[in-house]
Amino acid sequence: MSQLALVIDLNVCVGCHACVTSCKEWNTSGWAGPMPDQRPYGEDPTGTFFNRVQTYEIGTFPNTETLHFPKSCLHCEEPPCVPVCPTGASYKREDNGVVLVDYDKCIGCKYCSWACPYGVREFDDKNRVMKKCTLCIDRITDLSLPESERKPACVLACPASARLFGDVHDPGSEVSIAIREQGGYQLQPEWGTQPSNHYLPRRKTRMHIHEDELVRADNPLREELELPFDQGETLDDVAW
Amino acid sequence: MHPAFSVIFLTTLIGVGQGLFLALYTGQVYSLANLLPVQDSTSFYGIGSALALLFLVLGLFASFFHLGHPERAWRAATRWRSSWLSREVIVLPVFMGLVFLYGVIHYLGWTAPLFVVQQTLPVDATLIVGFLASVAAFALFLCTAMIYASLKFLQQWHSPLTVLNYMLLGTASGFMLAAAFSAYTGVDLLAFFGTWAVIFTLAGFLTRGASLLRNRGLRPKITLRSAIGVRHQHLGQKAQGFMGGSFNTREFFHGKGPGLVRGMQYAFLLLAFPLPVALIWAGHLANSPELALVAFAVQYLGLVAERWHFFAEARHPQNLYYQSMA
Repeated sequence: MSQLALVIDLNVCVGCHACVTSCKEWNTSGWAGPMPDQRPYGEDPTGTFFNRVQTYEIGTFPNTETLHFPKSCLHCEEPPCVPVCPTGASYKREDNGVVLVDYDKCIGCKYCSWACPYGVREFDDKNRVMKKCTLCIDRITDLSLPESERKPACVLACPASARLFGDVHDPGSEVSIAIREQGGYQLQPEWGTQPSNHYLPRRKTRMHIHEDELVRADNPLREELELPFDQGETLDDVAW
Repeated sequence: MHPAFSVIFLTTLIGVGQGLFLALYTGQVYSLANLLPVQDSTSFYGIGSALALLFLVLGLFASFFHLGHPERAWRAATRWRSSWLSREVIVLPVFMGLVFLYGVIHYLGWTAPLFVVQQTLPVDATLIVGFLASVAAFALFLCTAMIYASLKFLQQWHSPLTVLNYMLLGTASGFMLAAAFSAYTGVDLLAFFGTWAVIFTLAGFLTRGASLLRNRGLRPKITLRSAIGVRHQHLGQKAQGFMGGSFNTREFFHGKGPGLVRGMQYAFLLLAFPLPVALIWAGHLANSPELALVAFAVQYLGLVAERWHFFAEARHPQNLYYQSMA
């Protein structure tokens, strides 16, 4: 059984919010939509989003780093939001492991959002049902699209290619290799929810240059000087 | 968590209904054992059951305001294998039906013994239906409380004390109402129901106090470090992805200052426990139905405050991602 998921490289993400806007653009008019806003130009705007990019500061001034942190449904392998749903509206797809909400069955009790420790489900105040990231299920399963476009809108939109998409159960997939080789980790692993989405940590690229890497001892163009000391007789002076 | 008044009224009102029914049935069992005088079926048990049913219906009515699509509420009975909420949705109408049946059998006076156990215990239809309803009442307490206690992410709720509190506080308020009801209907059982109400209230004080103490010493299992996966002692949120509000900033925060939460705690510790005990005691001494009713009303008000505090006190781990709002 496959488990589709995102791998987000925090070392690459620049926090441009292109994934947020492309997600909203694709999904509000697609299968998972609409994603209504309330008072979008008013004093206290609010609305439904499947994806948010947050910004954190690591350390204290002046030794600080900025971390841009995209956050959407992690499509857990043990999703705590699914068994609590009283109607079965929240479900995990058997074939590809995507966690979805059936809007026609959802009674809007919000219990699933209480049961999610990541806060990635957002209630749609207009249609009175729970909404969440679908991994663009209508795109990734659409066989009429060319295979290169069968990816979530956020992945296609990311200008820095910080988002990878694939099957984390296939050990040879791009995402599995990235998780394995670049230290991919899960959020809040303490709960045992087994999130499928992984994050790649920020990695510092440091150059370690030793002095003799800058000055070659055997540089043929080096100016020849008298040695600063008397070497005495060496093996080179012996005539064989 | 954001305390929703629909859920506060649902849990407190059905608690009163369950407690009142349990009080009526306790009275019947006591009179069967000749520990209490036998009561008139029609006026005491019939009207008492109707009163219990009224509270259950009011609670059910309040619950619909919590739903985005109340017209689909019937669907909530389908996932009883995994969801405590679904189990509550099944047990509540079953309990209401049994209370209705219990009241109707008493009202129509079908209380002739069906059979006699060992020549001493005459068993009539009300005794059997009442027993089933009592089982349903306890099952309902369990389901309601487990909706909250089963969420391991909410450490303040994830404790057996939550189940005990729902049972004891609901039962206490029901027995308090039974004391007032019996005094009003001229059945002199104020002392009997009042004594049990005081016992349940004091037991509830112990378990609720224990849960308050437990929650005070609770350390969050998750910090921002594991929430975003960065190993550093100093992490701070600079932006939460939007400048207005969102569902996440409304549903999981009570939005009130710590002063109000603390005030609410003192209010319910006073209103739900010592004050009604004193009032029912005074009502017993003065033989006053009014004082017993005031005792119930004061305790109910206290339990509304108690439930508000129960929700406000719970800290959801998702709040780690919305610290700018907290």
